[in-house]
Amino acid sequence: MEFKFDMEKNKDKVIEFQDFLNEKKSTKGPLMPALQQAQEVFGYLPMEMLEVISKTLQIPMAEIYGVATFYSQFSFIPQGENKISVCLGTACYVKGAQNILEEIESQLGIKSGLTTPDQKFSIASARCVGDCSIAPVILVNEDVYAKVKKSEIKDIINKYK
Amino acid sequence: MMTKERMDSIKEVLKPKIVEKLIGEDKVELRGDEVVLKGEYYKKQVRIALKNCDIVDPTNIEEYIAFDGYYALYDSLTKKKPGDIVEEIKNSLLRGRGGAGFPTGRKWDEAYRYQADKKYIICNADEGDPGAFMDRSILEKDPHSVLEGMALGGYAIGSDQGYIYVRAEYPMAVKRLEIAIKQAREYGLLGENIFGTGFNFDIELRLGSGAFVCGEGTALMESIEGRRGMPRPKIHRTAHVGLWGKPTIINNVETLANVPVIINKGYEWFRGIGTEESPGTKVFALVGKVENAGLVEVPMGMTLREIIFDIGGGAQDGKEYKAVQTGGPSGGCIPADLIDTPVDFESLGKIWSIMGSGGMVVMDENTCMVDIAKFFLDFSVEESCGKCVPCREGTKRMYEILDRITKGEGVEGDIERLEELSETVSSASLCGLGQTAPNPVITTLKYYRHEYEDHIHNKSCPAKSCKPLIKYFIEDTCIGCTRCAKACPVSCISGKVKELHVIDQSMCIKCGACYDVCPVKPIKAVSII
Repeated sequence: MEFKFDMEKNKDKVIEFQDFLNEKKSTKGPLMPALQQAQEVFGYLPMEMLEVISKTLQIPMAEIYGVATFYSQFSFIPQGENKISVCLGTACYVKGAQNILEEIESQLGIKSGLTTPDQKFSIASARCVGDCSIAPVILVNEDVYAKVKKSEIKDIINKYK
Repeated sequence: MMTKERMDSIKEVLKPKIVEKLIGEDKVELRGDEVVLKGEYYKKQVRIALKNCDIVDPTNIEEYIAFDGYYALYDSLTKKKPGDIVEEIKNSLLRGRGGAGFPTGRKWDEAYRYQADKKYIICNADEGDPGAFMDRSILEKDPHSVLEGMALGGYAIGSDQGYIYVRAEYPMAVKRLEIAIKQAREYGLLGENIFGTGFNFDIELRLGSGAFVCGEGTALMESIEGRRGMPRPKIHRTAHVGLWGKPTIINNVETLANVPVIINKGYEWFRGIGTEESPGTKVFALVGKVENAGLVEVPMGMTLREIIFDIGGGAQDGKEYKAVQTGGPSGGCIPADLIDTPVDFESLGKIWSIMGSGGMVVMDENTCMVDIAKFFLDFSVEESCGKCVPCREGTKRMYEILDRITKGEGVEGDIERLEELSETVSSASLCGLGQTAPNPVITTLKYYRHEYEDHIHNKSCPAKSCKPLIKYFIEDTCIGCTRCAKACPVSCISGKVKELHVIDQSMCIKCGACYDVCPVKPIKAVSII
């Protein structure tokens, strides 16, 4: 699935991002905050913006690419409008989180880590969101669903359609 | 600028108000002159790191001051020398709460005595162990205790710059910290010339981006510097050569939250709690299949039984308690017959587990130990940074062996191969992640070897958890309610109303939906064999 970055549509965001970079340029260790900001503003790391980072901070693309691929929070494809994260921490796992994840994958027809073609949903598995006392837990955007049952998945997804 | 008088007046006015309000809401009670949370769950707990949690408003610095906040910093800056602080912490025998238990005072002493133009103090808030959320609670509910602990550490070692490295999965903690840092600056408790003493100290927030290995000290520093979070070879101590090559102290959130209290009450008081070698308390995240899940802070040396049964209420839903896993992916599974083990650094080490950062995951009879070992190895495989071969390749091979065992494809010699790999990976890896990654396998092999043997030789899973090794079967007690047939996602259950239903084993995907909906009591008509 090919997703294209629309420079024209994102004009304001690009200017805002450039300002952020100029401000960070003089601080120590600016690369991580820069990538985090890009991820936050654009929802992913567009190649065009990585080039901007490279030029502004004077860091080679290869190095940026190396750092960006290391951390799981960075994505090279756009995230869906609604981000579903399924916690696969120990507590959730022993309470059947794997089944919940499989159910969500089959409902949306995509695997974990991907985005639906209409960019409505993306699925991710989370290591541990720290809500172990109400396991198994899934997050849709910032909404927390506690003690989730497989039978509830359909209704939860429908809320965001 | 903040002054003692101003703090006193805040305390005088605000504290009675807060206490009155909380007593009115029936949330707290007085234990001596301490304000503690009310209820059976808190009775056996002793709260030091969590003392303000759920009592003060974390978004209001004045409430923290009202509960003796920043007094330790005031006293230290105005009356004590940096060396005195280092001595105090050394004497308290406070040990790192992140897991390894290294004496905090000794760490500080190293940096204190090392001359440099710039030193750093880092708060490690990259809490990544699955099943652990102690640090998150402290950051969200009492962020100022961490800031004060850092400022004290900064004063002790001679640093004017602190960093807090928080994992990005904790957005609320980040928000609360941002507010806390801003307020502390406004009140003159961070920044330049704190309390008019000429001491400067400021804190910058840095976010992680989802790499477990960044909880390792040197990997964390690499990440702050803007590189891949890969651990450094330990040629130098970070207390000498750390962040940007400067002496750096890195402490865990909970450790830092203990510091102001120790300075306030003195090391003798602290040593009076817990055991001789591990004084103080430890916060645990009691989770998994336990009746009362949540955070507990107890004196070191309390037994697992007291924590899991007296406070936690034992296994959930009347099931049989089987084991507890401590220390996350670096720890081990402790079987039921060792339940009277006291919880401190030494005692847990003796039974092959570790204290770790404080995750305590309770497991019942339905938890398969091979599957749990596989779960943790899967975690280590994913999170291994790939820098050193034993960890990168070794954990992967171990995972593959565990995976085939849980699928019923285990072969003769697999247990021995696991043992051999465990030894290599733990002795040859570069950092703590690799060195401890085999621990879940080592402990489950030690205490639950028969489960591995059952999987390999008899192709059966004693806990009835590994799907390829179990079968769902409908007994004669079936009342023919048709619920299972309706629930089955692959429609492989046949049978008429009020007649015995049958599962077509060739089509069954073993999802367990039929078992979940079966209404027959007390024993379900759907059985797992």
